[in-house]
Amino acid sequence: MDYELLIGIFPQVLLDGIILGFMYALIALGYTMVYGVLEFINFAHSEIFIVGAFVGVEVLLGLKSVGLLDGLPWPIVLVLVLLAGMAASGFLAVAVERIAYRPLRQAPRLIPLISAIGISFFLQDLIRLFESLWRNAFNLVYPTIDVLNLRFELTETIDVSVKSLVVIGGALLMLWALHLIVNRTKVGTAIRAVAEDQAAASLMGIDVNRIISLTFLIGGAMGGAAGVLFGVQYGLINPYSGFIPGLKAFTAAVLGGIGNIPGAMVGGIVLGLLEAFAASYLSLLTGGAFGAEYKDILAFSILILILIFRPKGLLGEVVRERA
Amino acid sequence: MIWALLAVALVAASTFAVATFPRSVLVFLLFQGSLLFVYRARIPDRLRWSLLAIALLVLMPAIGYFNSYYLEVATQVGIFVALALGLNIVVGLAGLLDLGYVAFFAVGAYSWAIFGSPHANVIFGGGFPLPGWWFYVFLLVGLGVAATTGILLGLPVLRLHGDYLAIVTLGFGEVIRVLANNLDKPINFTNGPKGITPISRPPAPFGLPYGEYFYFLALLIVVAVVLVNRRLEDSHIGRAWEAIREDELAARAMGVPLVRMKLMAFACGASFAGVMGVLFSAKQVFINPESFTFLESIGVLAMVILGGMGSIPGAVVGATVVTVLNLQVLKGFSLWLNELKNAGVTVLGYSLADLPTQFEPAKYERMVFGVILVLMMIFRPQGIFPARRRQRELAK
Repeated sequence: MDYELLIGIFPQVLLDGIILGFMYALIALGYTMVYGVLEFINFAHSEIFIVGAFVGVEVLLGLKSVGLLDGLPWPIVLVLVLLAGMAASGFLAVAVERIAYRPLRQAPRLIPLISAIGISFFLQDLIRLFESLWRNAFNLVYPTIDVLNLRFELTETIDVSVKSLVVIGGALLMLWALHLIVNRTKVGTAIRAVAEDQAAASLMGIDVNRIISLTFLIGGAMGGAAGVLFGVQYGLINPYSGFIPGLKAFTAAVLGGIGNIPGAMVGGIVLGLLEAFAASYLSLLTGGAFGAEYKDILAFSILILILIFRPKGLLGEVVRERA
Repeated sequence: MIWALLAVALVAASTFAVATFPRSVLVFLLFQGSLLFVYRARIPDRLRWSLLAIALLVLMPAIGYFNSYYLEVATQVGIFVALALGLNIVVGLAGLLDLGYVAFFAVGAYSWAIFGSPHANVIFGGGFPLPGWWFYVFLLVGLGVAATTGILLGLPVLRLHGDYLAIVTLGFGEVIRVLANNLDKPINFTNGPKGITPISRPPAPFGLPYGEYFYFLALLIVVAVVLVNRRLEDSHIGRAWEAIREDELAARAMGVPLVRMKLMAFACGASFAGVMGVLFSAKQVFINPESFTFLESIGVLAMVILGGMGSIPGAVVGATVVTVLNLQVLKGFSLWLNELKNAGVTVLGYSLADLPTQFEPAKYERMVFGVILVLMMIFRPQGIFPARRRQRELAK
């Protein structure tokens, strides 16, 4: 076995894992916040995430067509794109909650989940329909911004691209902002109160419906930001490419302890690292017998094992038993 | 009396219409509608069953003899009816939401595909494919393998409830698909994304054409599945399942053996899919992992939901409607649109020829499934033909 190679790629794999992990963490926040408040898996969150990526690419292409993509300084372009993606995904999440979940809040457990699966499928094809009519293509490529593709060589074998730094920086910024909102503002207190006990919160004068909408808005916006960063990092998107990252992010949320915001971040990073290592090392260690594709199986196995042996997750509190 | 005349007239008229128009969606729907009418009409039971038997055993194959297209659709409907009935046991009766149901279908299909094709030579050396009559043995093997897979899935997830269970079964379905895609090394079991072909077909008795043969076989399996379902529903097993669905804790307190009953639900549901999988692989001659995606699982779920969870006639009607929507309505709309495009038709001053080429209505299955799921959940969660007990519970 080529130990030098194994050790040589280690830092690069670590970096890839961290980037992937932050991406999962951002998406996982949407799942975990909604679960915390409603104890409900927002299955459509993966599409809310990919809508952010599509709005991002549309804004970039729009800027490009009027010649502003290279005309404006790149940080401004990035901020514009991020804001657009966040706004679109956030409001979409609110609309989805209003239309497909709120009427079912009193129904048996499986009813809203099935509705959410329906919304997820509907949105996938809706994006496809829109892009097919608008651009006559639904596999879209993110336009490149030259600065973002610059690479720094750290050592001979490792280099970091600017966009990786942007993705990590952006994700950290989002997480910090979320932390401030949830823990330092009145609204955040209200969200935590509703998550704790809806009836009591409403007796304290909190408008529960508004807080739930707000939760969807924040979770959706985080998903939208993740979508834009996903597009910037990986370049190619299609309407169906949100599904698997969404599932992985849900796994991350469960891994960290669903309903628990720091847990989602920890779970995301752990899962991202595990996957990056599985993708690079499995094939090397087994002499090519098991390829990188088995990383998906790894993620689902983790999900199953965690649910069976430690359903409260790494950082979670005890989850209330619900049938 | 009026009902009886009406029923006979409707079946006759729709059969005539189907025989006249070679590829029409509407008349085929009319034919299916007439069968539904016969099933629901207030006529003597003897007339009802003989009409249905004549339509399914004589008229349909006769139509198919002249027009294999309708027969193909009917066979597909049969396959999905059996799948929907299987999922109905797991989701409808036992209340365990299974989002990876197509995995069992895949297991059945691959079991015959591997041994019924030369591909097995790669694994075991020479001597394959097995002769065609082994197909009948494999109907049972597929049943057994799928049921075992169902129990293997059931064991670890016994402690999970509701939505967690749903996500884990989804993951399980994906795992099976990834395995099918990647088990071409280190030992080549599934031949990866390239799929397996040619898969042997059994010798057809009485010199029947294969279209008719698979239609009758699918029909036979569907009838068997319906009978098993009906017997189960009112047996103590069926009641135990419904008790678990309604309240697990209360069911346990009443002495329902949870572990055994849940595993039995998974095994029963899976076994139907396994049998149909074997039939599917022989009918298609070629299979690859593309036929066993999450989309298929949700499609079957949409059938069960549309018809009504826990309702046998509901599952049959749901499977028929959804399959026809996908196979005929969407594709028919695509073809029709293309004709209009080629004819240079304009709508409100907009030339249809300017429609983007990527816009293909036939590709929007997901949207159909999605709309069905959401609308049914919001407006009619008990389904079109609700199970009686379920109706009382949900229509409060």
